[in-house]
Amino acid sequence: MSELTIDIDVLRYRPEIDEQPFTQTFSVPYTADMSILEALQYIKDNIDSSVSFRWSCRMAICGSCGMMINGVPKLGCKAFLRDYYPQKVSLEPLANFPIERDLVVVMDDFIKKLEEIKPYLIPEKEKCLSEGAYQQTPEQMAKYKQYSMCINCGLCYAACPQYALDNKFLGPAALALISRYNRDSRDNGEALRMKIVNQEEGVWGCTFVGYCSVVCPKDVDPAAAIQLLKVESSKDYLIGMFKPD
Amino acid sequence: MSKRKPYTRELPVDWWLKQIFYTKYMIREGTSLLITVYSLILAWGVLRLSQGEGAFNGWLDALQSPLAIILHLLMLIFALYHTVTWFSLAPKAADLWFNGKKIEDKVIVAGHYGAFAVVTIFCLLIITL
Repeated sequence: MSELTIDIDVLRYRPEIDEQPFTQTFSVPYTADMSILEALQYIKDNIDSSVSFRWSCRMAICGSCGMMINGVPKLGCKAFLRDYYPQKVSLEPLANFPIERDLVVVMDDFIKKLEEIKPYLIPEKEKCLSEGAYQQTPEQMAKYKQYSMCINCGLCYAACPQYALDNKFLGPAALALISRYNRDSRDNGEALRMKIVNQEEGVWGCTFVGYCSVVCPKDVDPAAAIQLLKVESSKDYLIGMFKPD
Repeated sequence: MSKRKPYTRELPVDWWLKQIFYTKYMIREGTSLLITVYSLILAWGVLRLSQGEGAFNGWLDALQSPLAIILHLLMLIFALYHTVTWFSLAPKAADLWFNGKKIEDKVIVAGHYGAFAVVTIFCLLIITL
């Protein structure tokens, strides 16, 4: 085992004991290929088994291990000790979400928002299975593919000051998910979703800080999705003035 | 019985000073205050123009004062900061496709700088000729 060590500050919160969170420092053996998630697993296996954190795939697919690493929302599996060594690393639960325990946050509001926006294809006419699949050209797929890469990790919500100031704001991932379906040639649910987009809590709650797109681990670029939805929302409003539903 | 007790963290008042990205964003938004002041000065000039030559020359003289020059330099710096940051964000608000491919971000940014240069030269020509 390596003799080098690195200090990791973990924000702890045990609801059955603590009134408020506190910082606990752990010393972990350092290797250049060790991820932050692996460091946490080392702590849990060898130092303190009560430290709680979410994880699953270890390869930036599942979106479970989002946390604040030195104040920046990142996936624990996609951030490495070598980028911080020899300075210490500070780990906190994702910002803008309530803390359930240690690095685990309550994501109910985020999940509710994802569900609210009708995240499924709404075809114009249901086809019978015998009629075959809904066809799509590569070009039609390119229009929405980027927005379909979201892994629901919540990093963009932790990066969004508008969500921090007022969590009624629908937020980056849910709005990007609206784009994912509205831009899909097989979908015909745009009119339903634009009712959500047009609200103050929809796209108009966004002030284009743009940090959501910086922290996104899958290059979904929710900030771009939202700005383009603002254009759509404005068009919707103008058309509505001349042609009410 | 549930031992759940979710803890909600307060957002500190100085949240925008804790992350350089947020600070730059606040400066970008803040520049609009100085740009508003500049627009008001210009609008004031138009009003003075409608009141006759004497009034307009008085407005022109007021702009020559050192304080006015410093203020205008400051407003120029802030306007340029706003322009540069805004142009870099412009591709996010553009969804332009050509031959089945999305136009690259740098092309859109370059287009903005090109238009900026053309308009600037056009305005300079109007003023100087």
